[in-house]
Amino acid sequence: MKKSNKIIAGLTAMLMSTGSAFAADLEFYFPVGVNAPAVQTITDLVDAWVVQNPQHTVKAIYAGNYDETTTKALTAAKAGSPPHVAVLLAADIFTLVEEEVVTPISDLANSDADKEWLDGFYKGFMKDAIFEGKTYAVPFQRSTPVLYYNKEAFKKAGLDINTPPKTWEEMIEMGKKLTIKDDNGNVTQWGTRVPTLGGGAAWIYGGLVISNGGLLSSDNGVDVHLDTPEAIGALEFLVELAEQGVMAKGGISWGDTPKAFIEGNTASMWTSTGNLKFVSDNADFDWGVGFMPGGKGPGAPVGGGNFYIFDGITDEEKAASLDFIKYMTSAENAAKWSIATGYIAPRADTWETPVMKEYAATLPQALVARDQLEYAGREFASFQRGKVTSFLIDAVEASVGGQSTPAEALAKAQKLADAVLNEYK
Amino acid sequence: MKRLKPSLVFIFLVMPCSLLVAFTYYPAIKSLFSSFWNQGTSRRPSKFVGLENYQTLLADDVLAQILWNNALYALVTIPISIGLSIGMALLVNSKIKGTSLMRLSFFLPTMLPMIAVANIWLFFYAPGIGLISQIMQYFGFEPINFLGDASTSLWSMIVVAIWKESGLFMIFYLAALQAVPANLKEAAKIEGASGIQVFFDVVLPLLKPTTIFVAVNALINSFRLIDHVIVMTEGGPNNSSALLLYYIYEVTFAYRDFAYGSALTVFLVALLGLMALFQFKILDKKAHYQ
Repeated sequence: MKKSNKIIAGLTAMLMSTGSAFAADLEFYFPVGVNAPAVQTITDLVDAWVVQNPQHTVKAIYAGNYDETTTKALTAAKAGSPPHVAVLLAADIFTLVEEEVVTPISDLANSDADKEWLDGFYKGFMKDAIFEGKTYAVPFQRSTPVLYYNKEAFKKAGLDINTPPKTWEEMIEMGKKLTIKDDNGNVTQWGTRVPTLGGGAAWIYGGLVISNGGLLSSDNGVDVHLDTPEAIGALEFLVELAEQGVMAKGGISWGDTPKAFIEGNTASMWTSTGNLKFVSDNADFDWGVGFMPGGKGPGAPVGGGNFYIFDGITDEEKAASLDFIKYMTSAENAAKWSIATGYIAPRADTWETPVMKEYAATLPQALVARDQLEYAGREFASFQRGKVTSFLIDAVEASVGGQSTPAEALAKAQKLADAVLNEYK
Repeated sequence: MKRLKPSLVFIFLVMPCSLLVAFTYYPAIKSLFSSFWNQGTSRRPSKFVGLENYQTLLADDVLAQILWNNALYALVTIPISIGLSIGMALLVNSKIKGTSLMRLSFFLPTMLPMIAVANIWLFFYAPGIGLISQIMQYFGFEPINFLGDASTSLWSMIVVAIWKESGLFMIFYLAALQAVPANLKEAAKIEGASGIQVFFDVVLPLLKPTTIFVAVNALINSFRLIDHVIVMTEGGPNNSSALLLYYIYEVTFAYRDFAYGSALTVFLVALLGLMALFQFKILDKKAHYQ
């Protein structure tokens, strides 16, 4: 925005100081992981807000996947025309803070009513929205991995269809019963399937570590704990799944996992709640959802995207942006968004709405993810997230591929991560 | 011919020149400059570090592995796709029936966009549920985890590249084969040369300019085409299928380390420049042009 425009906007705001009818033209960047209805739902919600607030306009810009959206928002901010609001990866908080492009939302939302609103979000989702005591983000499209299991396969194996495995030992034990081989000795149905390749795998692995009593990263974005006994134990469990014949050997891709589950190639899978809709639309068998089986207890990582408000915009625009975010995360709208996508509604009040109750009644699997939140920890994140996460991914892939033991691979990752993060200490 | 007005000449020259400057020369020079600075952020401003990025480059284990991957990828892809495309060109240039259908089917992979090709092969390769896996299981073989195993992932990429490229090179060889004068072949036959001798002593030397052209293109492609790596493996597992350009993309846009990305880019340009020099200086002299 040009300086003269800012002055005019400022003057206009002063003239209208008694009312709040200032006008703002907001730019809103959003990413979409997968399906088209998500774009439509976002557009509908944005249009509805503008109808309620005719003095404002919103340009909703679909900016690609998470990484692309972050890159675009950062580039625009550096060029002096940041978006006003954007949905970006929760784990990117350190990058955004380091680049000084986002405004703490807790600085804007400082009335009592605002504080109450901020307190209404599930604590599990707020863990990676806070840095140096300030809230920088508001949860929107959040998810967590769960265990999906094929009830018919459980029945055939003589297992109770309503008690999925809760611990790693149970997973291996039940997995052995669920693994079926053909006459040639080749497996036609695996016991389970945990993705072990790429970023999705690192996300799930982070949950295994949480359930084992550890945590890979910390609130300050500088300390990472990759070579702790908890982390090594969790990676050894992943390797053991294949050694015990419960899971296919070698790397397992994230993308093929839901397909393999639908086709009966695996009796259970560990993947995001973001696949709830895909599975319920495509599975021709009875299926259930359970907590991620855990090491010492239940545990899972949170993931997905948060709302951020950018810096370098006028105070009026910030206020309008906050109002917009409040609208998008309100009970009714969060319910619409959650039902359309499978993301977990981030506030308790959303689950009290009639539509959400009806949804939970028809798809009770959705409730499991919400209940698991109590045991959830932050997703792996640090400064220089992309680079540091790549060390973690390499460690998981090298261990599962048998090129390195979990202890060696994680020690190497820790060393490389420390070398990058040392200058932040 | 009517002469153009000087002002029009100026406009016609400025347009392409400014595009060239904006999208080729400026970024190239900027990359060279950025490679002497470190990656800055608002909290940590960028500073001049001299050759530090190049020192990192020399000590980079991942880069060493990727260069080896890329060398293997080029050394296997280029000769096989050249051999295969000559074979296919000979086949569709012969007098047997159904050559037009063959031409179409050999050329089809080339016409598909690489992203689509990669997605098709992703389905072929998927362990347990993919096409190859199902065929193998039908015959009682244990399925192979093509993309998920560090020992097979690069080879799986090589197969896709050969499948995709051979059809295009076949077209060049087909054109060259049809330009081989029939009287040369006839003369050789009258002298008592066998079909194999005619091919190796008459046809193949005449194909040499085409082979050089194809080899240069194939070499460039082995550094330039990375779409299938992004779609199929993201360089994994454990960097076993990563190629140099993919690594540059990852460092620059996923890690947001523009400084080191610039150093890698300068390295890639230097590498390609050296190879181009070799090809044109050495190989060109040995080619037989009519």
